[in-house]
Amino acid sequence: MMDDSLRELYQDVILDHSKHPRHFGPLEGATNTAEGYNPLCGDRVKINLIVDKNDRIADIKFEGRGCAISQASASMMTDMVVGRTVAEAEKLMGGFLHLVKGEDATDLKGDDREQLDVMAGVSAFPMRVKCATLAWHTMKSALEGGDTAKTE
Amino acid sequence: MTAIPKTINAGFDPLAARADFAIFEKPVYGKKLVYLDSAASSQKPRQVLDAMRDFAESEYANVHRGVHYLSAQSTDRYEAARRTVQTFLNAAHEDEIVFTKGGTEAINLVSYSFLAPRIQPGDEIVLSVMEHHSNVVPWHFLRERQGAVLRWVDVRDDGSLDVEALDAAIGPKTKLIAITHMSNVLGTVTPLKEIVARAHAKGVPVLADGCQGAVHEIVDVRDLDIDFYAITGHKLYGPTGIGALYGKRAHLKAMRPFNGGGEMIREVTRENVTYADPPARFEAGTPPIIESVGLAAAIDYMNSFDREAVKAHEHDLLTYARDAVRDFNWLRVIGDAPGKGAILSFETEGMHAHDVATILDREGVAVRAGHHCAQPLMERFGVASTSRASFAMYNTRADVDALVAALAKARKILS
Repeated sequence: MMDDSLRELYQDVILDHSKHPRHFGPLEGATNTAEGYNPLCGDRVKINLIVDKNDRIADIKFEGRGCAISQASASMMTDMVVGRTVAEAEKLMGGFLHLVKGEDATDLKGDDREQLDVMAGVSAFPMRVKCATLAWHTMKSALEGGDTAKTE
Repeated sequence: MTAIPKTINAGFDPLAARADFAIFEKPVYGKKLVYLDSAASSQKPRQVLDAMRDFAESEYANVHRGVHYLSAQSTDRYEAARRTVQTFLNAAHEDEIVFTKGGTEAINLVSYSFLAPRIQPGDEIVLSVMEHHSNVVPWHFLRERQGAVLRWVDVRDDGSLDVEALDAAIGPKTKLIAITHMSNVLGTVTPLKEIVARAHAKGVPVLADGCQGAVHEIVDVRDLDIDFYAITGHKLYGPTGIGALYGKRAHLKAMRPFNGGGEMIREVTRENVTYADPPARFEAGTPPIIESVGLAAAIDYMNSFDREAVKAHEHDLLTYARDAVRDFNWLRVIGDAPGKGAILSFETEGMHAHDVATILDREGVAVRAGHHCAQPLMERFGVASTSRASFAMYNTRADVDALVAALAKARKILS
């Protein structure tokens, strides 16, 4: 017998992403880089991106270690933002933040909503929201010129 | 789990003690609370809460100020609390006990008022890699501001302290040894008496962080001959907001004040100020008065039991838990030092501590997950974070069984 909210949090899709992360590893020729750090648990993530002259994310990779939620979140994020413009990626982030905080996420539409919906279970675990948002904040920081991002 | 929870020591009944803690009557997510995070903060017995309430309702006023009845009553209780702490640590004099807001402030007081004036660039502070950040950062301050050098003493793979290595780290420039009495991660209990003897042989004073040690060990600062010993109330089944520093009288008398304000002065004029004697010199402003009554009640509460029997009970829980997790080949215990206190930290292969703790939480099992404010130690063992179950007097073997069952469930969900 399993707690429904736990089943919601640790769905197969999330566990699969965390165990077999996509876009994991170093990235040659990165144009944008940032490191994220969660002082609560000591988890770190590094995001490398190649942004082309049309402001499009040509490639993105992440490194680091963390919990299943943060790894899955980073993996899904990198999967989803490749090929998008910086503005589109940031818009997606806005929707994602709404979703994991349990707020109105109607700004997430169609496929985006469908894909990210597996992360909605995080909203029932307020202590874990930072795990889910670390990679996104770090990507944003990288896109804004790079520095160390921190989940507050 | 087939073992039947039982009392192993006739001198202490954990179920009777548990009944004093109202928090265990309240379920968590509809489940029985299994509280295994006492090393972070312990729960409070009714005796402590009642004492604070009774005092606030009948004897409370500010201390050392008024001439009125309540101020005198309040002052008596505050100073009686100091004597309770004095007896608890077996200090020679009551003025060797300074009330602080916690263990962290006690250590910062030593850093600021005792050590800072003695530090020249290149002077050394010896500390172990298993220190809590509260016994690390105050010394980093002296490194940043005054060029002090931190000399780190390693622990062995089992988490025990190598006293020879510590001895070897003491050099002509060593100005202080800052060492935990009991590690909040590994549970390692350090041989303080031997450390003090070796340090004193070289003329070096010793500060012990007793925030965990005072809970589980019987402390005798005179027998240890230690220079400073810091404790905090909230881990001793007492309230938050109060702790104490024991300091040898000669040290305290030679120290300048840390905070300035009321109560710590002898005389203030427009041109000058002179300071009160210790301990008042270090207790500027209105102190934690109600909390002092609570701390004294907590110490009285602990002393109402045979403390050796309580220790044996906690050790039984540790041994029982240690044996139970041996079956999990995916779990690595960090810290197996002989004679260690009742703390079980572990790493779980392929499962992050935060995921484990989240699943345990939904089973009503409260453990700590993370770096435990001991990042140098995490680095030493090559882990980013661990899970930690810590045991207190109110825990039982049934709590351990619940932990083990929840861990098995976490494994099932996450793998």
